[in-house]
Amino acid sequence: MKLQDTRITPSKIGLIDTHVCLAFAGLNADARILIDKARLEAQSHRLTVEDPVTIEYITKYVAGVQQRYTQSGGVRPFGISTLIVGFDKGDKVPRLYQTEPSGIYSAWKANAIGRSSKTVREFLERNHKDGMDREETIKLTVKSLLEVVQTGAKNIEIAIMAPGKAMEMLPVDEIESYVKNIEVEKQEEAAKKKTRTPGTGTTTILTRGPGEGSES
Amino acid sequence: MLEAREFPPIFLCPVCKAPQLITSKYASTFLFIYQPPKSCQEVLLGITGKDFTLIAASKAAMRGATILKASDDKTRQLNKHTLMAFSGEAGDTVQFAEYIQANAQLYSMRNEADLSPSAMANFVRRELASSLRSRKPYMVNLLLGGVDPITDKPSLHWLDYLAALAPVPYAAHGYAQYYCLSILDKHHQPDIDLERGLELLRLCTDELKRRLPIDFKGVLVKVVTKDGIREIDYDDSKQVQSA
Repeated sequence: MKLQDTRITPSKIGLIDTHVCLAFAGLNADARILIDKARLEAQSHRLTVEDPVTIEYITKYVAGVQQRYTQSGGVRPFGISTLIVGFDKGDKVPRLYQTEPSGIYSAWKANAIGRSSKTVREFLERNHKDGMDREETIKLTVKSLLEVVQTGAKNIEIAIMAPGKAMEMLPVDEIESYVKNIEVEKQEEAAKKKTRTPGTGTTTILTRGPGEGSES
Repeated sequence: MLEAREFPPIFLCPVCKAPQLITSKYASTFLFIYQPPKSCQEVLLGITGKDFTLIAASKAAMRGATILKASDDKTRQLNKHTLMAFSGEAGDTVQFAEYIQANAQLYSMRNEADLSPSAMANFVRRELASSLRSRKPYMVNLLLGGVDPITDKPSLHWLDYLAALAPVPYAAHGYAQYYCLSILDKHHQPDIDLERGLELLRLCTDELKRRLPIDFKGVLVKVVTKDGIREIDYDDSKQVQSA
């Protein structure tokens, strides 16, 4: 990893159109082809109906291509799962879709794909709340990634989309500060558990609240 | 006496050399009604300066002798800092412009970098040149104005329907050439600021109002700078007295 030039190595997050972002897990080379097809469709859609694609439409298209490559002869399926994110034109509802090599697609509030995606998805299921703001969402994202990524900030890429705005890639130093904060938080929690001096706690499990028994 | 194979005679437009449809009123005599081609009546103007490129296009949408609309936008934005103005055969113009626009945007998405104005001009020229040699060519005249995002240098490219490309400091299409180029020859300087550029544009549009026997319904003015493209509020209401 030391020798790789991260600045120009292709990223796992790409833009389909100014308002649609695609992240993938799997074979990088297959993803390049799929992203290219999606970009072509996005512009073609603009040319024919004078409107940018909706997130659902482009997801359906990507899933459709993936499905076709499981059924036609002489080709192999796309070895990638994708997450497609963005906002429809003039709409403030965030959209998140997942596609799979089989051509299945589904809509989510939060999801993970790729290696150890199950761990991360379970983490998200426990910790995701509706109506989180930007800061909370980034923190949850970094936290869930840290569940499975050991190397820290250098191996994390975060893209943020907002309605009517261009995609923003979070700078490495900002990700690093999030990672640091979360690690400090974790250490503090661990320290709390340790500093509890023996004898002060009680081993019995309280089935009634204090004072409840003194009645009657 | 015209021989049979030369009939109907082919007339070329004196301005753009495009073959013109000339209807004979009486088949036996040589009385022809000459219709000035629409593309020559449309006004396209471009002026570059120190750090900007101005593009002005007439607001009239014409069909035959009728003005259909007086607020037509004959420009398309290709990317953040390239603007294309077009005139010519109705239908061909918008079709071709939007095709180029879609391809420019696709290039930007695929390469995460915009095509520079000169690269764009050469791309458009190639598309137009291959169309010219097809069964049904696009009859489109273009002006491409832009500012290079790396060097911040403004540029203007003149391109006609024969796919002749020329990078120029100022340009015009149609009959407007006759009136505006001489004015710009005299007054244009490469290092002018936007204010002076608009003054020159005013000289040009006033002269067109004064001498051009066509109502082109004023011009829509857009300016390209390194910060992007914006429309300029251009007052066209002033009456200009003919000499």
